[in-house]
Amino acid sequence: MLRVVRNVLGQLAATLGFSELECHAVVLAVDEALTNIIRHAYLGDAERPIEVSCRRIHVSRDGRGRDALEIVLEDRGVTVNAKKMCGRALEDVRPGGLGLHFIRESMDTVEFSRRKGRNQLRLVKILHEPQKGS
Amino acid sequence: MQIAARHLDKITIFDISGDIDLATSPVLRKALLREFRELKVPRVVLNLGAVRYMDSSGVASLVEGLKASRDVGSRFILFGLNRTIREVLQLSKLVKIFEIYDNEEQSVAP
Repeated sequence: MLRVVRNVLGQLAATLGFSELECHAVVLAVDEALTNIIRHAYLGDAERPIEVSCRRIHVSRDGRGRDALEIVLEDRGVTVNAKKMCGRALEDVRPGGLGLHFIRESMDTVEFSRRKGRNQLRLVKILHEPQKGS
Repeated sequence: MQIAARHLDKITIFDISGDIDLATSPVLRKALLREFRELKVPRVVLNLGAVRYMDSSGVASLVEGLKASRDVGSRFILFGLNRTIREVLQLSKLVKIFEIYDNEEQSVAP
């Protein structure tokens, strides 16, 4: 299922005009977020429901309006402790804890919230205008 | 993900293809740990040329392989990284801890 979501998101990001590397960043961030939900919110149960919604939005950045891709993931798992969602020091070379770092490095906005018994993760990737002549 | 093993003198070469993600990375981890911890192979080379995608669980498996190799004094080498895989390793800021070459010839050189 993760592969299906990756393929769909990659195509969506490409359709919106993101570069190949930006498409990969979006795919990686959402894939890592889904993995974290399965591992931590659903305690390893990959059969529980995760809702993913995507839409094109307009945001203000550096005094200019820009198009962006907003992705919201919702799950009904256990409450995520925001204080624990801090990743780890990269100097600490060991497996684990990289997923959140990948998400934060890949996206422009990363917001966690808990609403009506659901964990919600909002991710935004801003679409940069192609450079003139490219 | 698929793994095919080749043996060249005292070197094991794993040709990996497909996606290394949450579902498949445990297979890679198990294969690497077996080579280092059980078989004590002096050098394990990973051909990542046909890997299309790798997530943090894949990176974690590589880190575990690297640690196991250091524990037994073996070498763990990667080659054939495409742009996407290189980007993931750079994002993890762990790219410098791995021994990475462009091709198999360099990876198996004495």
